[in-house]
Amino acid sequence: MSHDVLLVAETRDGQLKKGAFEGATAARRVADALGGKVTAVVVGHGVTGADALGRCGVDRVLVVDGPAFARYAGDALAAAVLAAAAKVSPRLVLFSATVAGKETGPAVAARLSAACVADATGLAVEGGELVATKPRLGGKAFAKVAVKAPVAVVSLRQNVVTPADAPRTAAVERLDVAAPASRVRLQQVVAPTAKEIELTEADVIVSGGRGLQAPENWKVVLDLADALGAAHGASRAVVDAGWRPHKEQVGQTGKTVSPKLYVAAGISGAIQHLAGMSGSKVIVAVNKDPDAPIFQVADYGIVGDAMVVLPLLATEARSYLKR
Amino acid sequence: MDVVVLVKRVPDTETKVRVAADGKSVDPSGVQWIMAPYDEIAVEKALQLRDAAGGGAVTVVSAGPAETSKELRTALAMGADKALLLVAPQGAGDAAATAKALADGLKGVPFDLVLCGKQATDDDDAAVGPMVAAHLGVPCVAFVTSIEVAGRTATVKREIDGEVEVLEVDLPAVLTAQKGLAEPRLPGLKGIMAAKKKPLEERPLAAAPSPTETRALSLPPGRAACVKVPATAEGARQLLKALREERGVL
Repeated sequence: MSHDVLLVAETRDGQLKKGAFEGATAARRVADALGGKVTAVVVGHGVTGADALGRCGVDRVLVVDGPAFARYAGDALAAAVLAAAAKVSPRLVLFSATVAGKETGPAVAARLSAACVADATGLAVEGGELVATKPRLGGKAFAKVAVKAPVAVVSLRQNVVTPADAPRTAAVERLDVAAPASRVRLQQVVAPTAKEIELTEADVIVSGGRGLQAPENWKVVLDLADALGAAHGASRAVVDAGWRPHKEQVGQTGKTVSPKLYVAAGISGAIQHLAGMSGSKVIVAVNKDPDAPIFQVADYGIVGDAMVVLPLLATEARSYLKR
Repeated sequence: MDVVVLVKRVPDTETKVRVAADGKSVDPSGVQWIMAPYDEIAVEKALQLRDAAGGGAVTVVSAGPAETSKELRTALAMGADKALLLVAPQGAGDAAATAKALADGLKGVPFDLVLCGKQATDDDDAAVGPMVAAHLGVPCVAFVTSIEVAGRTATVKREIDGEVEVLEVDLPAVLTAQKGLAEPRLPGLKGIMAAKKKPLEERPLAAAPSPTETRALSLPPGRAACVKVPATAEGARQLLKALREERGVL
């Protein structure tokens, strides 16, 4: 059995994404425990800077570069990963738990008759066995999942591993992969109107709920998010009420997030919502009701009206963070 | 147009989770079971697509315990035409084993499209849809918020990296439902009565080995008591200072 790890490093506009370095660090730790090497397959078009993965412990980089790989496409990424896997015979194929990783990881697992674990928050080797920790029930519980198959495909949740130095000189090679027939064709991309920070990748998130009282009051959430350089989210109640789009929903039927700092404003803390954000490192709650369940998971609590407290925080943040 | 919808019986999302005595599964006492919310969205969309095409059948398929017939009857009451239940003990198969069982179970079932929820809200793997597609040898687009069918292609939308992609997919295909794709209808009394007479086939599922094994299930670690901060400018300054200097998160 091989002891090697194959890291699937995503790119955007030819540059490695942040998740690639998080994955490299997780991959390095597993490879060290197994006594194997880390190979990264970097998929994109006009790829530059792929050797930077050596900083986080990648031994070898296979670059799959071409117009067909410029933008994520499931069949193309699967073909690239399978070609790399055929070269490396990995014990573990590690994706990021992004749309790409969640869609293509399982497909690759099926093709390799591998085990598949999605959205892992931890990876360890115990008694020679790969064991992943992963949230279930939207984060209300965590499972330890042992891999019994010879090969595992795991997707790693964003923001749970901090990239760490394990410098070496990564050997960079080109891997030629024929673009597969396109059963799925991109017709159009609708870009967001403003540059938004993706919730699942954000370090800081400000979320609002019913306590904001009306959709037009959302400006105080957006303003605090702006002052903190944060992404903004919403509770299910306000999404169901049509105040905010579903892509902003945090919770069991929305996004599961694990930022460094989560500010919950006017959110009571339904089980549904807690499931999606309780993995945050530090939680600040702002709520008028001192008995709101959100205060049971919060590290810091401000009892007060979000409409008053958020502008106060935004003003102070703008002057404090400048220093 | 023939649509297959894959559904799963899961604990209600309002459930307060407790760990069972075996230390690796959810304590089922007091748990309300429901059709996974995203699967319900998939059922609704399948009904809409069938009706828009003016013909065909919606078949709902599940692998799970015998009790899943309740969730399948719900889908039939919503308007699905028939159901197939591959009966296996609760939690018997992981995503890979389940996907293989479902793909095998679909042999002989005609379909233009397979829909399922983007993920079941218990295991949260989001893996069954893409794996079934791989086993069936058909394309897959996950997390779709819109589906329009014209001839042998479907045009779908999905959010990725903060953008919305419009994709054209060859049929047959597997598509997984994200919230926003459809609003599930509540079954009416007429639908509930009609569902009792609709075909629901049960087949025992031979136990196939799962490539993973859940060793332990635990609740998230508790947090330290909440530090109360006054709702004043001075309180805001203290909080920001603590977040930056003590916690290092700003």
